[in-house]
Amino acid sequence: MDEKKEKDALEEQIRENLQRAFMEKAQENVPDRFMSLLAQLKEQDEASHGEE
Amino acid sequence: MVKNNEPKDPQDPREEIVTHLGPMRAFALSLTRNGAEADDLVQESLVKAWKNLDSFTPGTNMQAWLFTILRNSFYSSRRKVAREVSDPDGIAAGALAEKPAHDGRLAMNDFMAAFQNLPVEQREALSLVGASGFSYEEAADMCGVAVGTIKSRVNRGRARLVELLQSEGVDFGDMTDRVTEAVVNAAGRSGGVAA
Repeated sequence: MDEKKEKDALEEQIRENLQRAFMEKAQENVPDRFMSLLAQLKEQDEASHGEE
Repeated sequence: MVKNNEPKDPQDPREEIVTHLGPMRAFALSLTRNGAEADDLVQESLVKAWKNLDSFTPGTNMQAWLFTILRNSFYSSRRKVAREVSDPDGIAAGALAEKPAHDGRLAMNDFMAAFQNLPVEQREALSLVGASGFSYEEAADMCGVAVGTIKSRVNRGRARLVELLQSEGVDFGDMTDRVTEAVVNAAGRSGGVAA
């Protein structure tokens, strides 16, 4: 009936869905490759900067 | 830096990076529309971020800084490859041509298909402002464009989604519970869409 209202509701739903889709993906378990990569980068730093 | 198990230094930005991995993967997926490419992009961005940690100002928003590196990497490799052009409307229309059954799962697939068929600038703007909660100003900074440009990308993207979904008579009521599944499905099959 009220087209404007319906459109606003749709937009709100879209925002919520995007937010939730994004959040769900962001909360997935992070693959091991990234933890290994970060560990490796850190090791390289420590190797090249020596102690300190 | 003697032992691996010494207490982590909360001031060390290197320790903070790990907390942004999830959002980086989500943002990368919204740009690439392909799970494998998204993770490659995250990997590339992490290496760049690590090498350029000097350019991060402690106390500022690290997620914004990482996202900026990520989107710059995305656009520069995309420019090199020059294989993905903004989607012509025809593709979006085609993807939605099949009449969905009145079933939440198909409706969600349609939602994600519609999102994935938006031009990349609109996907980016909606991901930053709509999904990640950055302000228009922050998003404009990150993308190196005017605030008005971001606003118009968000508005056009949202309007296009409304239009596509209304024309399909998608029932949003069932949709919210199916989002995860749809994102996973979308990630799994988007190789086909992008190819």
